[in-house]
Amino acid sequence: MASMPERQVSTQAVYRPESKLGQLWKRIKQNKVSYFFVAPYGILFFMFTVLPVAVAIYLSFTHYNMLQPPRWVGWENYLRLLLADDIFLIAVKNTFVFAVVTGPLSYLASFVFAWLINELKPRIRAFLTLLLYAPSISGSLYLIWTIMFSGDSYGFINSRLLYLGIVKEPIQFLTDPKWMMSVVIIVVLWMSLGTSFLAFIAGLQGIDSSLYEAAAVDGIRNRWQELFFITLPQMRGYLMFGAIMAITSSFAAAEQIIPLVGFPSTDYAGHTIVAHLIDYGNVRFEMGMASAIAVILFFTMVISQRLVQRLLDKIGT
Amino acid sequence: MIRRLRQKFWTTKPTRSFGGDLAVLLFIAAAAAFSALPLVYAISNAFKPLNELFLWPPQFFVRNPTMANFYDLLVLMSSSWVPFSRYLVNTLVITLGGTVGHVVLASLAAYALAKHDFPGSKWMFSVVVLSLMFAKQVTAIPNYLITSVLGLVDTHWAIILPAWAMSLGLFLMKQFIEAMIPDALLESARIEGASEWTIFWKIVMPNVRPGWLTLIILSFQALWGETGGQFIYSEQLKTLPYALSQIVSGGIARAGVAAAVGVIMMILPITVFVINQSKVIETMGASGIK
Repeated sequence: MASMPERQVSTQAVYRPESKLGQLWKRIKQNKVSYFFVAPYGILFFMFTVLPVAVAIYLSFTHYNMLQPPRWVGWENYLRLLLADDIFLIAVKNTFVFAVVTGPLSYLASFVFAWLINELKPRIRAFLTLLLYAPSISGSLYLIWTIMFSGDSYGFINSRLLYLGIVKEPIQFLTDPKWMMSVVIIVVLWMSLGTSFLAFIAGLQGIDSSLYEAAAVDGIRNRWQELFFITLPQMRGYLMFGAIMAITSSFAAAEQIIPLVGFPSTDYAGHTIVAHLIDYGNVRFEMGMASAIAVILFFTMVISQRLVQRLLDKIGT
Repeated sequence: MIRRLRQKFWTTKPTRSFGGDLAVLLFIAAAAAFSALPLVYAISNAFKPLNELFLWPPQFFVRNPTMANFYDLLVLMSSSWVPFSRYLVNTLVITLGGTVGHVVLASLAAYALAKHDFPGSKWMFSVVVLSLMFAKQVTAIPNYLITSVLGLVDTHWAIILPAWAMSLGLFLMKQFIEAMIPDALLESARIEGASEWTIFWKIVMPNVRPGWLTLIILSFQALWGETGGQFIYSEQLKTLPYALSQIVSGGIARAGVAAAVGVIMMILPITVFVINQSKVIETMGASGIK
């Protein structure tokens, strides 16, 4: 069946060289089945993701207060953000500090724990996986950290410090700009074993065990050699996935941060790019500005993803 | 004695040292304690009577455990004018419908993108991955407009249909299919005359079991917490997280009830997690297909 269409192409080519478009159409028709496979997902994805993103990009060049129709203003929103909005620059700085710490650490932790757990016996492994993943599944229970770090004497940590006489006055963990970022980073790292952690566990599960047996015969001596010569190269696809999840969650963080440090936080010390976006979108109803922030954030993530990709490409080569 | 201990915990490998194994176990145990203890505290709070909740200095464990907070919650729930089971059913419909549809549609598309080379396949995949990087807060308004044009506002479909096409599942399933399904396996099935549809259900899906079991956990969890506030106005269509958040918003007097709500909302996602995760681990050794 595969040879038939090829012969047709070659005979036609003698008389009438086919146009590029015609060839493309032929390939599309040959792959009809593939299009049926992607169509249901693709149509919904187009409607509920691609279209809204396109509209948001358009809105980033307009003034839009959700009551009057959008008015085209060109690059004005972008210029305002970069030149006239001091708080945006604070948010950018905070986001970079936050992302540079939590991104790599949560990525590394997800892989290291998935890898270490992988050699334990199933039952103890299932138990430890549950304990390590529990913070990600805890829903609203993560707000226990607001009680942990609460600034009055009933805060768990403050009460201990006062009780033991280490401090005389409770420390304002959640409102003092000196402490805020550290506290937020601790809480987010506490929840860092999430999506990528599970993907890594399942991925490690899928590596053919005969590879390891063969490697042991070939003279692999310890767990580190095994990691670098077999496990990491086998995991490359998942590592790419994990990197992107780490980048998106660390750069777009706001929803876990706002309940902890308040909105807006004291001196904007816990203000991130997405917190600023929420400020424009949900508080001031300036959707044009909010969309411009989303576009800037998008390109920031794309650039950092390219950089990380370069590092990942070096694995196992 | 040491050897017995080791066999109890580890799958024995010749390339491992006992010292290394022990260090690893201690390290994991420390991390597990850090991750579990705050939750133990939160759960313990849910069983504290009011006087213990406001005791100074606050105690980590509950002394006289009581079900009072859960009982209060029950009373508050029964006073709502829509029966509370209604909210639970709504959330279950959204969570199950969304998860099943997402896993099937995303896997179908992921299989084609991973294993068929057709015009536009690479392009489509990059668009899906890039979409993860666009802040979802600004797409909320366009999303609402599209939902209302389609006539889905104030129906569960407004949440279920977008969930079917979340970016995460396609990305995840494509990585799994690429890593776990050797091309040779598909080729031999095609030579035997199997259709792509049969290959997908009989070969691809059974062999990427760890993949979709993981995706079910993630999707279930995401939809379970869905409040749907933006799309759903009718009280009888609202979700459980929405109804519970209304109860909790009663302030400091509801501190105990809030803790109880948190514990109750965790039960089902944890159950799904434990069941699926243990099945992921079971699949070990079944990878002899290569």
